[in-house]
Amino acid sequence: MVDQTARESRQVVARAVAEPQAKGEGIPLRIVGVHKTFADRDRRIPALQPIDLEVGAGEFVCLLGPSGCGKSTLLSIVAGLEPASGGSVWAGEREVRGTDTDRVLLFQEAALFPWLDVQHNVEFGLRQAGMPRAERAAVARRFIDLVHLGGFERSYVHQLSGGMRQRVALARALAINPAVLLMDEPFGALDALTRDRLQAELEAIWAATRKTILFVTHNVREAVALGDRVLVFSPRPGRIVREFRIRLPRPRRLEDHALVDQAAEILAVLHAAAEMEGGRHGR
Amino acid sequence: MAAEILRNRPRAAGPSRAALLPWVRRLGFYLALLALWEGVARAGFWPPWILPGPLTVIETLVEGVQRGTFVTGAVVSLRRLAIGYGISLALGLVLGLLIGRIKVLDETLGSLVLGLQALPSVCWLPLAILWFGLNERAIIFVVVLGALFSIILGVQAGVKNTPPLYLKAARNLGARGPAVYTQVVLPAALPAILSGLKQGWSFAWRSLMAGELLYFTLSLGNLLQIGRDLNDAAQVMAVMLLIVIIGVCIDQILFAPFERRVRERWGLA
Repeated sequence: MVDQTARESRQVVARAVAEPQAKGEGIPLRIVGVHKTFADRDRRIPALQPIDLEVGAGEFVCLLGPSGCGKSTLLSIVAGLEPASGGSVWAGEREVRGTDTDRVLLFQEAALFPWLDVQHNVEFGLRQAGMPRAERAAVARRFIDLVHLGGFERSYVHQLSGGMRQRVALARALAINPAVLLMDEPFGALDALTRDRLQAELEAIWAATRKTILFVTHNVREAVALGDRVLVFSPRPGRIVREFRIRLPRPRRLEDHALVDQAAEILAVLHAAAEMEGGRHGR
Repeated sequence: MAAEILRNRPRAAGPSRAALLPWVRRLGFYLALLALWEGVARAGFWPPWILPGPLTVIETLVEGVQRGTFVTGAVVSLRRLAIGYGISLALGLVLGLLIGRIKVLDETLGSLVLGLQALPSVCWLPLAILWFGLNERAIIFVVVLGALFSIILGVQAGVKNTPPLYLKAARNLGARGPAVYTQVVLPAALPAILSGLKQGWSFAWRSLMAGELLYFTLSLGNLLQIGRDLNDAAQVMAVMLLIVIIGVCIDQILFAPFERRVRERWGLA
């Protein structure tokens, strides 16, 4: 069933990206010595140790680690929503200073606007960009179809399931055609079946658009199923402890033995990192 | 209310029996109340200029409307209300937005607003008369102050409680400058703003009546006063009835559609 969905997705994606606006191809990301410390009254809490990371144009990189390890903070910094305590982030040729529509962050909570229906949520970014009404309605319609929500244009957020909300959020992000998608556990709150489907659809959309994707998750199999590379983070303050290049053929199948073995190997590293840190703090 | 909620279920096919039942009960209740009133009035415990029956009151109401005094009075009162409330609305939205978004203003102006909100708006009347004299401006001043603080506090609460996530998402999608306010902050605050507007409206209405009881030109409050001067309880009650009817109508026309929309979009019951 997942395979079939993926195939359908690829067909819809192919149609969508044939249109001129849908071409925002990926750009490289360069993260140089980025670290973050939160100041809390008189204490300073380190959240992220200096991170160096190069992501190629159109690469799909998964950041894997336990909750609170700072991987979401890193994503916020790359999005320009949060300043780093030091270091710099480069998107393509330009240094990141604040938000820009070449990089869009997708939140775990979807962050849709409850006062707008699906159609107008997807149109939001296009409206900010000053696209004329008729044109943005057409573009939004196309991306709503892309995420299989045709017929729900007039629905409000509270009428949608968690999976549908993430689809709308994805359509809203894709509509403004960013070069980079930053995804912060977007499928973390979904049931397993919905998550599998959305993973397959995301893989198809990525394959067709070649956007650069940074994907944060604490789900090892999700990371292996989606990523070209999986970066394993230590517990807070986070740093990259190991890097895995995933060479499995695409589209990937969750029940594939090679995938399961790879996931087991990464899981062992993740546990070892957690125990090591636990030992250090437990002194 | 209950019936309204049922009516708002998406695309329910016509009013069902369950939706009609509360209305039937309500109708029965009011008929019984009117019958009791009429019975007591006719029993003759009190003279009719103290306790007229409902039929007399309705008769007086119809007469007053036909003579035109009630209509003119209502128009004068509503005009004052519209001007006063309009001013409050404009000031309240701007001040509420500023106080809700700027911390320094919240700590200073915000605390003042909170304090003044505790003052019943009728208390402004003596000052208004001293400043403006007993005239139109004094009454509108009291109406403005009656509504203003509730509106400010409603807008401020809504703006302050806007989930930061919406603001992040909006910035992330390219929203800048005034668009953040008009397209995110204000719409996100709409439920709280609406309740501030409603409360402001009812306070404005009260302040207006208090002012008009003192001020001798034809208006609803003035008609109440004339009824008292003429020992005519029927007129007093008829005007009271008229005030209730106008209040309910305005609520239905001005606020109910807004509330329905908010409920429909946010999924609140």
